[in-house]
Amino acid sequence: MSDEQAHDELGERLKEFAGRPAAVAGRGKDPVNAPMIRHWCEALGDTNPAYTGPDAVAPPTMLQAWTMGGLTGHQGRTGAYDELLGLLDASGCTSVVATDCEQEYLRPLRPGDEVVFDTVIEEVSARKTTRLGTGYFVTTRTEVRVDGEPVGIHRFRILKYAPAPRGPRTPRPRPVVNRDNAGFWQGVAEHRLLIQRCTACGTLRHPWLPGCNACGGPDWDTVEASGEGTVHSYVVMHHPPFPAFTAPEEGAAGPYAVGLIELAEGVRMVSNVVGVPYDKVRIGLPVRLVFRRYDEDLTLPVFEAVDR
Amino acid sequence: MRAGEPLPPLEIPVTRTLIVAGAIASRDYQDVHHDAELARQKGAPDIFMNILTTNGLVGRYVTDHFGPAAVLRKVAIRLGTPNHPGDTMVLTGSVEEVDGDTAVVRVVGANKTGTHVTGTVTVTLPAGEAAR
Repeated sequence: MSDEQAHDELGERLKEFAGRPAAVAGRGKDPVNAPMIRHWCEALGDTNPAYTGPDAVAPPTMLQAWTMGGLTGHQGRTGAYDELLGLLDASGCTSVVATDCEQEYLRPLRPGDEVVFDTVIEEVSARKTTRLGTGYFVTTRTEVRVDGEPVGIHRFRILKYAPAPRGPRTPRPRPVVNRDNAGFWQGVAEHRLLIQRCTACGTLRHPWLPGCNACGGPDWDTVEASGEGTVHSYVVMHHPPFPAFTAPEEGAAGPYAVGLIELAEGVRMVSNVVGVPYDKVRIGLPVRLVFRRYDEDLTLPVFEAVDR
Repeated sequence: MRAGEPLPPLEIPVTRTLIVAGAIASRDYQDVHHDAELARQKGAPDIFMNILTTNGLVGRYVTDHFGPAAVLRKVAIRLGTPNHPGDTMVLTGSVEEVDGDTAVVRVVGANKTGTHVTGTVTVTLPAGEAAR
């Protein structure tokens, strides 16, 4: 049986958990109380006076906190939920991250309220691959009651996943060097940015081409760029994330800016804008050529923001 | 209060203390929220903020703006990129719709690597204040 089939089979089994209870008549470990409210407000820097004094209510967003099992776990958790998590663990989906939380507050909770809750497994997704890894989204819906009366609804989604392997840093793609552009890459190897010039009409061109767009002339020589330029236009790449194009200081696969740089000589070239956060890149930003070494086989001309 | 009205941004310095204190105040003892070594073993570069803290901060952002008489009815959030120690999360928001004394506020929290949280908060204001 292939891995793919095994995963599909697991997916089918997981789907059957939808509708099964995850907790029945779970009880909050503590009644709603002023010390826990105070600790929450201190931690979050919440100075709302509604949460202190004799008429205090609990911050509504504490709803889930009152249902948490803490270090000693839950009473009231059903076999179904443990079985579901166990199946996922056994399949390699050992990591968990919360992705969504939707809460509805029906009435304020006050110190002394004793919370009881029921949780149902609402949905288990098909197998999904995310940036973190591959796994399954599990959605639960919890109804919270006090004295038999509903006080809040809490829908929660987690991703149970197998972490994506963290191999060595993804290398940048290599340039495709051919007869028409070999001179350009030879220049880069010597840390010179060479612009092609038509020897018939003198027109500069970039990227390198076999003939002149202005006069059709096949003959050319080169001019070395001064390295001064400005951002003529740019885009910021957010998704999909390509770790190979991200500066390490910007996170494993964070956004990065791709600039269309207008060189002082008048031609434009596409390159990265570096040394400035991606969201600070602007049209007209003065930049200067630098040769950045990405790995032992790859050095590229990129452009650094400069104060001018 | 009218649709389209922006809320002033709120900057939250994401300190290690905030992450740990928020996790413990919400009774969330998952190791990735307090133990950097175990967080790294699980593929994260460092500890990261738990969803309950983010949820609480989104609620706080809205009640800070509308005042203590504002009552939260719903908070629905989705997480994106994590909040790690050293990050600054900037919460921004705008009133999306108003129905009588109830408003739906759209909230976004961003840090240097992208969007940490997007969500909507439904909040009710006392009659007098809703008319402002």
